[in-house]
Amino acid sequence: MNEIATIQNPTAEQPLSPWQLFWRRLKQRRIAMVGGVILVVLYLVALFAGFVAPYSYDRQDRDRFFHPPTCPRLSGFRLVIPRYEQLPGTFVYRAVLNDTKPIHFFVHGDKYKLFGLVPATIHLFGTGDENHPVYLLGTDQFGRDVLSRLLYGSQISLSIGVIGILLSFTFGMIIGGISGYFSGWTDTIIMRLCELIMSIPALYLIISLRATFPPGMSSSQVYAMIIIILSFIGWASMARVIRGMTLSLREQQYVLAARALGQTHLKVIVRHILPNTFSYVIVAATLSVPYYILGEVVLSFLGVGIQEPNASWGNMLTAAQNTEYLRNYPWLLAPGAAIFVTVLAFNFLGDGLRDAADTKS
Amino acid sequence: MNLLEIKNLKMDFGAGPEALRAVDGVSLTIGTGETVCLVGESGCGKTVTALSIARLVPTPPANYVGGEILLNGRDVLKMSNGELRDIRGGVVSYVFQEPGASLNPVFRVGNQIKESLKLHKPEKATNEEVIRLLKLVGIPAPESRIKNYPFELSGGMQQRVMIAMALASEPKLLVADEPTTALDVTIQAQILELLHDLKQRLGMAILLITHNLGIVGDMADRVAVMYAGQIVELSPAKELLRRPLHPYTKALMNAVPKLAGGANRLSAIPGNVPRIGNFPPGCRFAPRCPIAKSECSEKIPELVEIEPGCFVRCPFWKGK
Amino acid sequence: MWSYVFKRLLHMIPLLLGVSLLTFLLMSLAPGDYFTALSQNPQISQETIIHLKTQFHLDQPWYVQYFYWFKSVLHGDFGYSMAYKIPATSLIVQRLWNTFLLSFLALIIAWGIAIPLGIWAAVKKDSWIDRACSLIAFVGLSVPDVLLSLLALWFAAATGWFPVGGAQSALYDFMSPAQQFWDRAHHLILPAIVLAASDLAGIMRRMRSCLLDTLRAEYVTAARARGLGEGWVIYKHALRNAINPLLTIFGYSLAALLSGAFIVENIMAWPGLGRLTMEAFFAKDSYLVVDCVVMATGLLVIGNFIADLLLAWSDPRIRLK
Repeated sequence: MNEIATIQNPTAEQPLSPWQLFWRRLKQRRIAMVGGVILVVLYLVALFAGFVAPYSYDRQDRDRFFHPPTCPRLSGFRLVIPRYEQLPGTFVYRAVLNDTKPIHFFVHGDKYKLFGLVPATIHLFGTGDENHPVYLLGTDQFGRDVLSRLLYGSQISLSIGVIGILLSFTFGMIIGGISGYFSGWTDTIIMRLCELIMSIPALYLIISLRATFPPGMSSSQVYAMIIIILSFIGWASMARVIRGMTLSLREQQYVLAARALGQTHLKVIVRHILPNTFSYVIVAATLSVPYYILGEVVLSFLGVGIQEPNASWGNMLTAAQNTEYLRNYPWLLAPGAAIFVTVLAFNFLGDGLRDAADTKS
Repeated sequence: MNLLEIKNLKMDFGAGPEALRAVDGVSLTIGTGETVCLVGESGCGKTVTALSIARLVPTPPANYVGGEILLNGRDVLKMSNGELRDIRGGVVSYVFQEPGASLNPVFRVGNQIKESLKLHKPEKATNEEVIRLLKLVGIPAPESRIKNYPFELSGGMQQRVMIAMALASEPKLLVADEPTTALDVTIQAQILELLHDLKQRLGMAILLITHNLGIVGDMADRVAVMYAGQIVELSPAKELLRRPLHPYTKALMNAVPKLAGGANRLSAIPGNVPRIGNFPPGCRFAPRCPIAKSECSEKIPELVEIEPGCFVRCPFWKGK
Repeated sequence: MWSYVFKRLLHMIPLLLGVSLLTFLLMSLAPGDYFTALSQNPQISQETIIHLKTQFHLDQPWYVQYFYWFKSVLHGDFGYSMAYKIPATSLIVQRLWNTFLLSFLALIIAWGIAIPLGIWAAVKKDSWIDRACSLIAFVGLSVPDVLLSLLALWFAAATGWFPVGGAQSALYDFMSPAQQFWDRAHHLILPAIVLAASDLAGIMRRMRSCLLDTLRAEYVTAARARGLGEGWVIYKHALRNAINPLLTIFGYSLAALLSGAFIVENIMAWPGLGRLTMEAFFAKDSYLVVDCVVMATGLLVIGNFIADLLLAWSDPRIRLK
């Protein structure tokens, strides 16, 4: 039976370390690399959101509510943007093809703070003319550039995903490791607690947790609150799995050896047991980030997360709930597409990581 | 006419330039009621050859590129699906190595046997017949056993059930692929004894695949030794045990620990079995052979009949 | 087997107790309550508010409130909804039924499509069908519920084929029973499809991989060696074993549906438990929120229990040990 299944690679090679082998296998999965590249681009753009975005997230253009996306054209070798004029009494805009302005790069524009620290005014692209705007994804119901808000929103939505995962998984790993290592009453209590938390459907628990915070908070407080809430949900499932792995890992010889050398319990857990769970944790983390991002999106969408005028992909979609707006101004769904691409990329990468770590296949 | 005639069978895994040859020109015949042992280490291609008799190797990835397998005169490799289903169980039955894995864990043992009966001998698909078969293979209290699930039986009993299932359709040829390797030594002896007994009672031919030379003596009429996808020796059993011809066979015999004689080091064959696709040029055993000469690595030796019924693939079989 | 069932049932009770306690505690930490808004209203006197508060025990510490709440729940009375001014029980039961309908239909749609597709993809491995299914699965897994619901709303509004939200039309009460049934079905179908869509992809992938794993098992080759036809081998022998791991994700499927229903209900205005929870949340009707959360947890726990039962029944190794 086994002969059918095993076909060995005939070329003899130098033995590789497990990490090198893992990296090699990962590179072979092209779709995972695509996902990885997309994510790197997304996070880089988010980091430099203030620079890439042509406008500030709360800049209102009161003459241009619901402006459709301005379509750049090629004139000679330059990209140009036509001016649009509004049909009176409506929110319909038509392009005036003769009246165009070229797009410049590295132009001066709205003030912003790069990384939240460094004040700057240079933006990646723009026309430099206030009356000749570049709205690559149109404007929303308050005349704010959708693309800019999308970019600023990506800072919040993407970072919450990663920070939330880091917190909850670190916490879950430690608790799970302690629980599995010590067994007995500690284990029972912790596992019962995990079971309790996992029995409540996620969104119901999120709302209950949200209720314990006052409704009016500053945006940074809201940001921290969302991270705390999401982490509270997530640590339990990770703790359970790590606990299961710990139960078997602690029977290994090297654990006994470490104890015989006088290592403390905590050191044994952190230095010997937990590192063996990394391959599972990395895969699980990558595949879980989308849920954290979606958690923030849902909270903000329902109005109890990130508040206006701050932009997050969730609260940008609230406008799209109005079917009239949806029909006439479909570019309001752009955040939905952004979320989709992000989740897709994480899933690609996570799938590839899982295959690369699975040495049986 | 022989019951089974494998003629120069060639089988690859994969296709095109990356194809790996697993079975390279294997020829074997089995007459009615005859027991033939196919001996070799893991990876030599014996299981795949045996599975090919009923075309049980999935194609893809396998690829038959040459030869014929004549079962009762008809080429298995050219049969339609319907004809294949008839011969599977009807003419040739299989017993596999891991009885626990070969029985479906969610169905009762009795039902699984009845399923075979319904297919090939529908008039006999009754509980009585199942009980009779279980008795035949030596299972005590068969009336209660038919309600058991496979996990409720010991390894030896599971193997007996597998044999009962194989016999249900009254095959002419029983292919047993290492039927005792996964069992305890005492149970091994019992199962082999059972097979011997059944063979005499039912007059069926057996192709017994094993890597254990020890059981060859009791069971086999003839023995074929396989190495790296080829048959390197084919002789009547008594001849082979008395006087092995091929260096590989000699080395295998030497590797079997003996109770008699002085306490010497166990002799192992140096090196490893070459993997598919990694075969050395020329004679495939040459890198490990104690009497290899330089011309051995140049050309693959032919399988030559040195006496009636005795074949060997080594021009230096007379040496040392 | 029955001892297994009994033990699991016994297990559920402290779990629900714990959940209700936890949620109650969380809600008690919430700043302000229903009456905070009322006390801003100059038309309502302070005495009225104090009187109402005492009536609902809102002036007591949280563990006393919990005690009263628990006592009434044991009598089947979920208290009184301050926001809706009707007994909470009837409100909850009605919304619960709606959520159940939605989830149940979504479950049938999702599993009814995913299982055959998964089997098909496994049997025709590496064919274009398989690749197309993989692609759809991957994309489907990545589309967030929020986006799908919004797209469905847009679809309904643009084509006019489906109603945009609600469980029944305005003229419901004037319809004949048959018309009422079709009206409700008409309102139910789009939210159910949206809800099913997110789960479908995962189930299909799981079915495909489970069946592929089973087809590699030795008893499948042994079955073929006995002369059983390919169809019989796949559908009777392989599938029966491949289904077992899927029963475990049946429980998770239910959990995902209940959580997902929360989003779908709120976006597509389906009057179920999820929507009620948000309404109660905004109204600061804490008792109602607790009731909803406990109900939803109850649904989830029962769903997992059923999944465990199914698994035990289908796998004789668990059943008989």
